[in-house]
Amino acid sequence: MRFLGFDQKTFKHGVHPPEHKDQTNSLPIRQFPFAPVIILPMVQHIGAPSKIIVHEGQEVQRGQVLAEAVGYVSVPIHSPVSGTVRKISKMPSISGKMVPGIYIEPFPYSTQEVMKGKSIKLTFATPDEILQGIQDAGIVGLGGAAFPTHVKLKVPEGKTCEVLMLNGIECEPYLTTDHRVMLEQADDIYMGIRYLLKVTGAKRAIIGIEANKQDAADHLNSHKPNDIPVTIEVVPVKYPQGSEKMLITSILGKEVPSGGLPIDVNVVAVNIATAAEIGRLLPHGRGIQERVVTITGPGVKKKGNYLIPIGTPLRYALDQVGAADNISEVYMGGPMMGTAVSNLDISIVKGTSGIVVYTENETKKPEKIYPCIKCGACLDACPLFLNPSKLGILAKFEAYEEMADNYNLMDCFECGSCSYVCPSNIPLVQYFRLSKSIVRKRQAAKKATEHAE
Amino acid sequence: MTILIAVAALGGLTFLLAVMLVVANKKLYVFEDPRIDQVEDMLPHANCGACGYPGCRPFAEALVTGKALPGKCTVSSDEGRAAIAEFLGVALGSEEKLVARLACAGGTNVALNRAQYKGISSCQAAALVSGGGKGCFWGCLGHGDCDVVCDFDAITMNEHSLPIVDIDKCTACGDCVEVCPKDLFSLQPVSNRLWVACKNLENGDDILEDCQVGCTACGKCAMDAGPDLITMISNLPVVNYSAMHNTREPIQRCPTGAIVWLDDEKGAIKGSQAKKIVRKGIRREGSS
Repeated sequence: MRFLGFDQKTFKHGVHPPEHKDQTNSLPIRQFPFAPVIILPMVQHIGAPSKIIVHEGQEVQRGQVLAEAVGYVSVPIHSPVSGTVRKISKMPSISGKMVPGIYIEPFPYSTQEVMKGKSIKLTFATPDEILQGIQDAGIVGLGGAAFPTHVKLKVPEGKTCEVLMLNGIECEPYLTTDHRVMLEQADDIYMGIRYLLKVTGAKRAIIGIEANKQDAADHLNSHKPNDIPVTIEVVPVKYPQGSEKMLITSILGKEVPSGGLPIDVNVVAVNIATAAEIGRLLPHGRGIQERVVTITGPGVKKKGNYLIPIGTPLRYALDQVGAADNISEVYMGGPMMGTAVSNLDISIVKGTSGIVVYTENETKKPEKIYPCIKCGACLDACPLFLNPSKLGILAKFEAYEEMADNYNLMDCFECGSCSYVCPSNIPLVQYFRLSKSIVRKRQAAKKATEHAE
Repeated sequence: MTILIAVAALGGLTFLLAVMLVVANKKLYVFEDPRIDQVEDMLPHANCGACGYPGCRPFAEALVTGKALPGKCTVSSDEGRAAIAEFLGVALGSEEKLVARLACAGGTNVALNRAQYKGISSCQAAALVSGGGKGCFWGCLGHGDCDVVCDFDAITMNEHSLPIVDIDKCTACGDCVEVCPKDLFSLQPVSNRLWVACKNLENGDDILEDCQVGCTACGKCAMDAGPDLITMISNLPVVNYSAMHNTREPIQRCPTGAIVWLDDEKGAIKGSQAKKIVRKGIRREGSS
């Protein structure tokens, strides 16, 4: 029976786009040089923007806190380089808004030693101290969403966490950052898991890995320490398995309720690179100042996995890897869920997992959009069992409330599977993003008027 | 005999139900002013919401109860408003006519696009993809969501992909204000002639690379204006319309023409020192 795949753990629906991972998955992580000017945006995470505590002309050390967290759902930002603060002013960001930014010029002949901080000892620290340490280290979800990790790890009152899910799926085409992290930073990952188990109180940890990263699974298995209850599950390759809700369905067979969080089924899910970062930074009390980014795509000459200082301007990064002259599209994140970049002057931030560059030869020309033929391909693709066909028709008629109330629009996490399979080229996921933003806007306006009354 | 029983039974039932209906009609009667229906008939039935009420009937109720004055309905003609005022015996309540004004002049002939947007032709959708690709983050994206949403056909896109508001047709319903993802529209009294057609919050001449008609925050308009008329707030001039604002003095020295004088016949008039732009086609990178 095994060869027929009946015992394989996976979720229903989903798609299988071409992987393109073989271009970079065998290339080791390499250190990236410092840009002549590092530009750090103060909005790198979901939540309140950090508050700048340095001034223009100040000399800062690598690892020094440049901006403090504002409130609970926020993280501090550390200097990725020793240098001088040249300017504090507005800078463009991936969202298309201007955000406050710090411009740092690195010292040319510095040793670039990282500043020491207050160590968080695994054996002595309480869970709350570890949570505080994770916030102080500025750690956010490195898979791309950039949600502050300490908020995610906090188990609410009255709920228990049984399973700690480590997400090493990386289902997005082209990206190989988590793959390389698993191959090269196994000890950090296991150290991070120790911290995470203590924080969440989970009884066991599961590392979920897709079958196209069998070498990473084997490597982690061979380095597995005996003192922690961790298992490694290899699941078939399918998109969007990297979504934490899909991963929980695949491995544990549990479904996270609509509008709920993994903790509702007693699971806390954390990206594997985030765990590695926790394991590396917390014992030294340091802050996050660089991350692994896959720079790949047909428009790049030196493809690879690079350890890039946060705040490196995208234009400089593309210059260093030798971007082709005729590049036409640049994506931050992968081609499925990443964001198309409209401005090369933005910086690489904590949430940037990859940069995919296409030239004019590969990009699809805008194709004619045909009417929906009700084939149902999108229903078979939607991992959440929504009805993208119906939602698309409603979006066209601007029935946004109907979509949200009766067709669970707000559950859509914009994986793009429906657009990917649509034979009529209907940009369904774009309609849903638009609809979601309008629904959110209206809800906020409604709340504001109710509040005023 | 059978027929008689049937007739009697049904007749009795009918009588009983009729009595119940009569009683219910008397007991549960809700008095509604008959004038509400009449006033509603006199309103334009546009249900646009410009008056601040959900539609024409709620507005009619407000009119009859005296909570609002007919002048609030900007869609009616002058005669229509006067007729309602006369019918109800209330004051006309002369509201100053409001129109939608666009705080951007960056058409394709003066403003650069950093990136080309592909996808649904909608400003709201484009704004979600890294801001839409326009060089200026605050500028009009030009896909015409306001044109589509306008029920009165008052907005048309000109040859430079910039919406033009027809002042006569605009009823100040506020749909364009709501739909614009960059919040460029606002409702202004028609008599406000001084207008800052820019929302760029940056300062300095670097702006001109992205848009030749942007406000560089030089502050000349604020200096030339009378006391308390114009203040510079976060790199933009803000006109205080409660002060004496019927003067063209502030626009004269504006180097880019970001602050304009809105004339009924001639449209937006720039100051004498504003750089003349004669380009008709699309501005490309490198052209100054």
